Amino acid sequence: MDDMMFLTFLATLVGAAWRLATPLIFASIGEVFSERAGVLNIGLEGTMLVGAFCGFATAFATGSILLGLLAGVGGGMLFGLVFAFFTITIKADQIVVGAALNLLGMGLTAFLFRTYYVSTGKGIEIAQPIHIPWLSDLPFLGEAFFKQNLIVYSTILVAILATLVLYRTSFGLTLRAVGEHPKAVDVAGRNVAGYRYAAVLVGTGLAGLGGAFLTLGHSNQFVEGITSGRGFIALAVVVFARWSPMGAFFVSLLFGLFYALQLMLQAQASIVVPYQLLQALPYIMTIITLVVVRGKGAAPSKLGQPYEMR
Amino acid sequence: MEQVNQGVRENVYPQAAQALYRTLSQAAISAVTPIAAVLVALAFGATLLWLNGFDGTDVVTVMIFGSFQDTRSVAEILLKATPLILIGAGLCVAFRCSIWNIGAEGQLYVGAIAATFVGTSIDGLSVWVHAPLVMLAGALAGAAWAGIAGYLKVRFQASEIVTTIMLNYIAIILTSYLVTGPMKDASAAYPQSARLVREAWTPRIVSDMRLHIGILVAVVLAVALYIFLQRSSRGFALRVVGLNPHAARYAGMDVRRNVMIAICISGALAGLAGAFEVAGVTHRLYQNISPGYGFEGIAVALLANNNPLAAIISGGLFATLRSGSEVLQITSQVPQVLVLVIQGMVILSVVAFAKFRDKFRFVA
Repeated sequence: MDDMMFLTFLATLVGAAWRLATPLIFASIGEVFSERAGVLNIGLEGTMLVGAFCGFATAFATGSILLGLLAGVGGGMLFGLVFAFFTITIKADQIVVGAALNLLGMGLTAFLFRTYYVSTGKGIEIAQPIHIPWLSDLPFLGEAFFKQNLIVYSTILVAILATLVLYRTSFGLTLRAVGEHPKAVDVAGRNVAGYRYAAVLVGTGLAGLGGAFLTLGHSNQFVEGITSGRGFIALAVVVFARWSPMGAFFVSLLFGLFYALQLMLQAQASIVVPYQLLQALPYIMTIITLVVVRGKGAAPSKLGQPYEMR
Repeated sequence: MEQVNQGVRENVYPQAAQALYRTLSQAAISAVTPIAAVLVALAFGATLLWLNGFDGTDVVTVMIFGSFQDTRSVAEILLKATPLILIGAGLCVAFRCSIWNIGAEGQLYVGAIAATFVGTSIDGLSVWVHAPLVMLAGALAGAAWAGIAGYLKVRFQASEIVTTIMLNYIAIILTSYLVTGPMKDASAAYPQSARLVREAWTPRIVSDMRLHIGILVAVVLAVALYIFLQRSSRGFALRVVGLNPHAARYAGMDVRRNVMIAICISGALAGLAGAFEVAGVTHRLYQNISPGYGFEGIAVALLANNNPLAAIISGGLFATLRSGSEVLQITSQVPQVLVLVIQGMVILSVVAFAKFRDKFRFVA
C-alpha cells in the first residue's frame, strides 16, 4: 500500500469509526448517568433494541427521521420506567430485572417485527451525510470528520451537555451524591428515588436514541438483534471511561475503531485472516479492556444497591 | 420391651409426620410465587396476541396443552427440557454464590465443539467408552470456558456479567468459523461438521424416538446439585460466599476458590448440555446449535428460586412453552419469539411476587 492509499484508508477508517461509535456513545453516556446514581442497568441491550424498533416503525409510518428518533428515545424511556419501577420502587435485584428486560426487548421487537414488517421487506430513508462547504472538500480530513449525518455530529453536543449537567449543575451534584451516599441526600431532604428515576430515564432515553441511530442513521432496516451486544459493550465502556461522560465519548470512539477495522479489513481481499476473527474483535477487546482497566476505585460506592429509607 | 418400642414409635411417627407436613406446606407456600408468576406471564402473552390480531386463548389451548398430543410429543418436550434442566440447575449453583453467569449460551457452544471434536476424530471405541467420553469433553470445555470469566473476576475484578456475555459472542463466532472452515464436512454444501461416529452418540431411551438418556442424566445431576448445595460443607461455603463474601473471608473460607468452583460447575453443566445437543440430537455441529437455551436457563433458575431440585420442574415448564410456541407458529402463524416475551415476564413477575410475599409475611 503506498502512502496515498494508506491515508485514504485511514481517513475512511476514522470516519467509519465515529459513525459506528455513535450508538455506543449515546448508550454509554446514558449509562454513566444511571450508574452515577447507583443504578446498574444491564437491560441496556433490550432497551437499545426497543429504541431501534420504535425508531424504525415510526419512520416507516411517517417518513420522518426526526419523529423516528423521538420515538426511539420515548420507547427507551418507557422501557426504563419499567426498569426503574422494579429496581427503585420494588427494590428488586437490578441484575435480575435487567436480564428480564433484555429477554423482553428481544422478544417484543422480534415478535412485532415478524408480525408486521418482515413480509414487506421495505427499508426506510435514512439520515444523509450533510455537506459542509469547504470543510467536507478538504483532502482526507473531509472524509474523516466532515461527511457525517447530523446524528453523528450531535454526539459531541451530547457529551459536552452531559459533562456540564453532571459536574456543573446542582442536579448533577445531587445525582452523583445519590450514587455515593444516598443517606446524606435523604437527610438533606432530597428525594433519592426521584433522582434515581431521573437518572434511569436519562440513561434509557439515550440508549433508545443509540438504538434508533442503528435503524435511522446507519442501516435502513430493522433486523432482529440488530444491536448485537452493543448494550453490553456500553457497560464495559462505562468502566473503562471511569464513569465520566467525556471518557465514555472517547472510549466509544476506540470501540468504533475496532468495528470499523473489522468491516474494512473484511473488505480487503489481500488479508488472509478469517473474517470471524475480525468479527470477534470488539468482543475480545471488551474483555481485554476490563482486564487492563481495573477501575473499581472509581465506581460509585452504592452501585447496584437499592436504597432503603428508614 | 414392648412398651419401649411403643414409646419410640409414638415419638418417631408424629415427628416424621410433622416434618413431612412442614416440608409439604413449605413447598406449597414456595410454589405459590412461581405459579402466580407463570399465570401473569401467560396472561401478558395472551394480551399481546389479542392486541395484535391473534387468538389470545391460544396461549393456553395450544401453547400449554397443544404440545401434549401423544407419547411422541411428550418425548419431544423432555428432549427440550434436557438442556434447560442442566443449564438451569447449574446456574442455581452460580447464582447462589452470587456469580452472575450470563454465559451459559457460550459454554453450551464450546461444549458442543468439544463433543464434536471427540465424536468425529476418534474411531473404534466401544459405545460404553465413547459416549461418556463425549459428554465429559463437553462438560470440561464448558467448565473451562466459564473458568476464563471466573479467573478474570477473581484475578482482575472484571465483571463476570460483561465477560460471560462477550464470551457468548466469541463462542458463537468460533463455532461459525469451525463449521465453515477447519471442521467443515467437505462433502456438504451447507456449513456443518462431519457426522459423529455412531459409538459417540448418546444412547436413546426408545429406539424410534429422539429422546436420549440425557434427560435422566439431567435429573440425576439436578438432584445431586441440590444435595451438594444443601448438605455438603463446600455447598455451604458457596452459599455463604454468595450471601456475604466478607463474612466468608472472616470465617476462613477461600472466596476466590469458591467463586471458581461455582462458575465452573455451572459451565460444566452448560457444556454437557451442548454435548447432548450434538451427540444426542443433531449428530453434527451446526452454526445455530442452540435456540437460546443458555439464556432460557437463566429464567429456569430464577423461576426455581435458585433451587436445583425445582429447576427440574421449571425446566420442564419452559420446555413445554417452547414446544407449544412451535406448534402455535405452525397452526396460527404466531411468531415463535413470543416465548422470549413470556420468559421475560416470568422473571419480572417472580421478582414482583417475591417482594410482595415478603411484605405480606412482614405484616403477618
